[in-house]
Amino acid sequence: MTAYILRRLWQMLPTLLGVVVLVFLLFNWVGGDPAYILAGKMSNPEQIANIRKQLGVDEPFWVQLWIFIKQIVSMDFGASWSTGETVSHVLATRLGPSLTVLVPLTILETLLSIGLALGVAYVRGSLTDRMVMIACTVGMSISILVYIIVFQYVLAYQWGLFPVQGWGDSFSENLFHYALLPILIALAVGIAPSLRLFRTFFLDEINQDYVRTARAKGLSEKRILWVHVLRNAAIPIVTHVMSNLPALLIGAFLIERFFSIPGIGREVILAVERSDFPVIKAITIYVAVATMFFNLLTDLMYKALDPRVQLK
Amino acid sequence: MLNTLSSTTPTSPGLWALAWRRLRSDRLAMLALAVVALFLVTLLLSATGLVAKNWDAEIGVNYAPPTFVGAQSAEERGVQDMNTAEALPPENPRDPLAAVIRQLRAERAVVVGSGGAAIDDYGIVDPLAGEIAEIRSGQGKDHAAAAIERRATLPFGADKWGHDIILKTIKGSETSIVVGLSAALLATVLGTLFGAVAGYYGQWLDDFFNWFYSVFTSIPYLLLILAVAAVLQQKGVLTIVLILGLTGWTGVFRLIRAEYIKHKSREYVLAADAIGASDMRRMFIHIFPNVSHVALVQLSILSVGFIKSEVILSFLGFGVPVGVASWGSMLNEAQNELILGKWWQLAAASVAMAVLVTAFSLFTDALRDALDPKLR
Repeated sequence: MTAYILRRLWQMLPTLLGVVVLVFLLFNWVGGDPAYILAGKMSNPEQIANIRKQLGVDEPFWVQLWIFIKQIVSMDFGASWSTGETVSHVLATRLGPSLTVLVPLTILETLLSIGLALGVAYVRGSLTDRMVMIACTVGMSISILVYIIVFQYVLAYQWGLFPVQGWGDSFSENLFHYALLPILIALAVGIAPSLRLFRTFFLDEINQDYVRTARAKGLSEKRILWVHVLRNAAIPIVTHVMSNLPALLIGAFLIERFFSIPGIGREVILAVERSDFPVIKAITIYVAVATMFFNLLTDLMYKALDPRVQLK
Repeated sequence: MLNTLSSTTPTSPGLWALAWRRLRSDRLAMLALAVVALFLVTLLLSATGLVAKNWDAEIGVNYAPPTFVGAQSAEERGVQDMNTAEALPPENPRDPLAAVIRQLRAERAVVVGSGGAAIDDYGIVDPLAGEIAEIRSGQGKDHAAAAIERRATLPFGADKWGHDIILKTIKGSETSIVVGLSAALLATVLGTLFGAVAGYYGQWLDDFFNWFYSVFTSIPYLLLILAVAAVLQQKGVLTIVLILGLTGWTGVFRLIRAEYIKHKSREYVLAADAIGASDMRRMFIHIFPNVSHVALVQLSILSVGFIKSEVILSFLGFGVPVGVASWGSMLNEAQNELILGKWWQLAAASVAMAVLVTAFSLFTDALRDALDPKLR
C-alpha cells in the first residue's frame, strides 16, 4: 500500500511539471510581455524596462521558469497586480466562503441524486422513467445563467424569501442566511446531470447475476435496490463525486459572482477581468495539484470500497 | 445458377445504414433532428444575409413590449415619469430605505404640484428652469415625431435600442451555433489526430500523448478555459473557437486512442500492411472509417457543450466583442433589463437556446444509441 502511494506520488511529478510548463508558457509566452499589461497604456519605455527587471522577464527563459517553480514551492507568488494583496492571502481568505457553499451543496446533491436515481431505476422502462429523463435533458439545456437570473429575481428580489446577495462575517449567518439561495440554485442545476449519470450506474448493476440471485431468494425489489445494488453502485458514484470536487471549486464561479460570495471562483473571474496573472497562475497550479491528489485519493477509496480491486 | 443466387442475395446493410434505420424508428430523435435542422437552415439564411440582415436597425421604440402585452411607447412612459411622483424605478418592498424614498418622493410631488418648478431634484432653486423646460418641450416634440417612424410594439418586443428581439435572437443563434460547431470540429479533429497517432504507433509517442493528456485533465476544464481567456487579449469569434477547441480535445483523444489500439492488430489492417499500405494510409484510409462513428458522437456531444460554454463566456464578456449579437451577450443585457420588468429579451434568448440544446441533446443520445450501443 505504502509502496503504491509512493509510486503514484512519484508518477505525479512529470504531470505536475507539465502543468507548470503549460501555465508558464501560457502566461509568459502566449500572453505577450507581462510588463505591458502591468504598466498599462500610459507608460514610457523606461518604466517598462524597470517592470521587466522587477518581474525578471528580461532574464533568459529557463531562469524565469526556475523563478516560477520557486514561487510555487514556497507558495509565495508575490502581490496581486491589481489590488496589491499577497496572492497567498487571497487564496487563504477565499477558500472559506467557497467551502461554505460547496460542502453542503455536494452532500445534499449526492444524497438527493442517489435517492431520486434509485427511484427512477425502480420504475425503469416505464413512462415515468422516460418522462423524468426527458425532463432532465430539458432542465440541463437551460443555461445555468437563466436559472440564476430568474431565481435571484423572483425568489430574492420580488418575494424577498432570501437576501439578494451579500456575505457576512459569521459562519452561521453565511451558511443559514446568505448561502441558502446559492445552494438551492446550484442544486436545481446540478441534480439533473447527476441523476442521469447515477441512473446508468444503477441500471448497469441491475442486470448482474447477484441481483438475479437476490430476486431468486425472494427479496423485495426495494431491498435489492437499496441494499445490494446501492452498495455496488457506490463505487462509481464515489469516484464521480470525489474526482469532481476540485473542479467544483471553480465551477461555482457563476453562483459566487451573482451572489457576491467572496470565494475562489469569483476571484478567478475578477482576476481574468483585470488581467491579474499572479492570482490566476497560483489558482491554476494549486487546483491542478489538488486534482491530482484527489485522483489518488479516489483510487485508494476504490480499493477500500471494493476489495477485488488490485492496486498496481 | 450461381449467378442468380449471388444476384438475389441482398448485401447486408453497413453500419451507417443500420444506424439510420434505428434512428428513423425513434420518433423523438427524428423530431429533435427536425428542430436542429430548422435551426441550421435559419443559420444558413442569416449567414447569407437573407434573414436578419438588418437586425441592428432600430425599428421599434426603446424596450417596445411584445404585441400581446400592448403598446406602450417609451416616450409616453418617459413623460409620465417626469410628471408624476411615482417615477422609475419601482419601489422594492424589501428595500430598507423604502420609507425614506417614499417621503422624499412625496415632498418632491408637493413641490412640483405647487407650481414651484424652479426647484430642481436636489432642492436647489434653479434660475434656468424656465429655459430648460422650454428646450425639453421642444425636444419632446422632436422625439414624438421620431416615434411615429418607430413601432410601439413588436411581435417579440425590442431591446434597449429598439432592435427587434426576434431578429437579434436569430443573429445571436448564428454566432452561438457557429462558435459551438467550429470549436467542436477543431477539438474533435485534434483529439482524433492525437488519439490516432498515440494508439497506432504506441511506444514513446503513446507515452508522450498520455502525458499531454494527463497534464490537460489535471487542470479543471473551466479553469483552463478562463486561464486561456485571460491570456488571449483579443476578443472575437476566432479567439473563442480557439479557446474551446484547444482545451476540449481530451475526451475524444481517450476514446479514439482506445479504438486505434483495438483496431491496429485486426486482420484487415495486417492485410493492408501485407499489400504495402503506408502507415498514414492504414491509419486514415483503413482504420479511420471504422472508428469514425465514435468521433461523430463526440462531435455531437462537444457541440452541445460548447454552445453552452460560449453563452457563459460571452455573458462574462470574455467571448464575442461588443456589437456582435450572441445568446450570451443577450443574456447579459437581459439581466439588467429584468429589474426594470423588461423580460422579453431574457425569454427569447433562453427559450431559443433551451429548444436548440434540448433537441441537440436528445438527438445526440439517439445517435449514440444508434451508432454504438456500448458507449455511454
